[in-house]
Amino acid sequence: MTPTRKRRLIIISLVLAAVAVAAGLTVLALQQNMTYLYSPSEVEAGEAPTGARFRLGGVVLEHSIKRADDSLQVDFIVTDRFHQMPVKYTGILPDLFREGQSIVASGSVEDGRFVATEVLAKHDETYMPKEVADAIAKAKDTHAAEPGGSH
Amino acid sequence: MNVLTYWFHKLGSPPVFDRLARVLAPWCYGLALVLGAIALYGGLALAPADYQQGDAYRIIFIHVPAAWMSLFAYIFMAVNAFIALVWRIKLSEVLAMASAPTGAAFTFITLVTGSLWGKPMWGTWWTWDARLTSELVLLFLYLGVIGLYHAIEDRRQAARAAGFLALVGVVNLPIVHFSVNWWNTLHQGSTVRLLGPSKIDAAMLWPLLLMALATHLWFFGTLLARTRNGLLEIDGGKDWARSIVLASQPGAAGAATERSHV
Repeated sequence: MTPTRKRRLIIISLVLAAVAVAAGLTVLALQQNMTYLYSPSEVEAGEAPTGARFRLGGVVLEHSIKRADDSLQVDFIVTDRFHQMPVKYTGILPDLFREGQSIVASGSVEDGRFVATEVLAKHDETYMPKEVADAIAKAKDTHAAEPGGSH
Repeated sequence: MNVLTYWFHKLGSPPVFDRLARVLAPWCYGLALVLGAIALYGGLALAPADYQQGDAYRIIFIHVPAAWMSLFAYIFMAVNAFIALVWRIKLSEVLAMASAPTGAAFTFITLVTGSLWGKPMWGTWWTWDARLTSELVLLFLYLGVIGLYHAIEDRRQAARAAGFLALVGVVNLPIVHFSVNWWNTLHQGSTVRLLGPSKIDAAMLWPLLLMALATHLWFFGTLLARTRNGLLEIDGGKDWARSIVLASQPGAAGAATERSHV
């Protein structure tokens, strides 16, 4: 390698290393600030901003959805299986909204209740046909129905 | 000089590359169209519906291959920009700049199909989570590279300046890829993994991978065609470029001889 090329290689490598370090530090610094959502446990621990808007993430607790008869108001409980947070929302819910589904609600806490202005459904990265999902659920049920089946 | 360096130098010469690209480009386009059509049929008709999202998940067969290509095209552009900056190889400069428009197009397709998918499933067209935001930054990086390249008069200087911007933008790639692991995002994690089992049924996986192959071929087809153009533009005054242009346009050859008569 000629000296000129070597010099260019060193300069460009140094610039890239500097940019990488800068980006790494920025990402580390944003780790705390760039929280997209808070879990009910974090809200309980007082980590979420009080009085300000934030996003609450968790699973819709089974048998907790209550729909009003005369309006679009929906009441349900969001849980992370450690703590629970009651949520009130008025509006149209996404197709995937149902009990046991992960959701992200944005809004603020009013009188110990989370008043949401937007509810988004989160889905996981698993894709499979319905028959496979049913078979897995069935296998889980039979496993649970046989106490000591794991022995 | 050993055989490898000999071929490396030979391929780096514009006339040789032009001849090779002229033969390969139609094959890339043709194979991409055939494989893409098969993958589309497999994804839209043969693959079963998802247990959770029903038929709406089928946009994955466009969205995910496009997203992979948006990253792949950037890596390709950055590697060539690096070679161009250190070794000043003309072909690498042109290759780097030729991959930018296709990469930008794939990034745009990723954002649009993601948005179309997000509305029915998540309930929103757009949200400022880490994955979506970093992919949008990727689009801006592509547009910045293209814009800078066209803002400078001298083609070779322009390619090196834009290549430098492309290189600096490389830091965004790990952020796009790992954003779903590093932060809480609305976007789900990676479905297809190189290490460990993929979280998608085999009946849905093959059209996805086939479509990925088709988009790669399409990328290389556009790359070869655009690089031929770029090389002809830079080497316009040289004999090999003149002979190609004159051979491909019989009318131009006549015009040239006419002009020489005047």
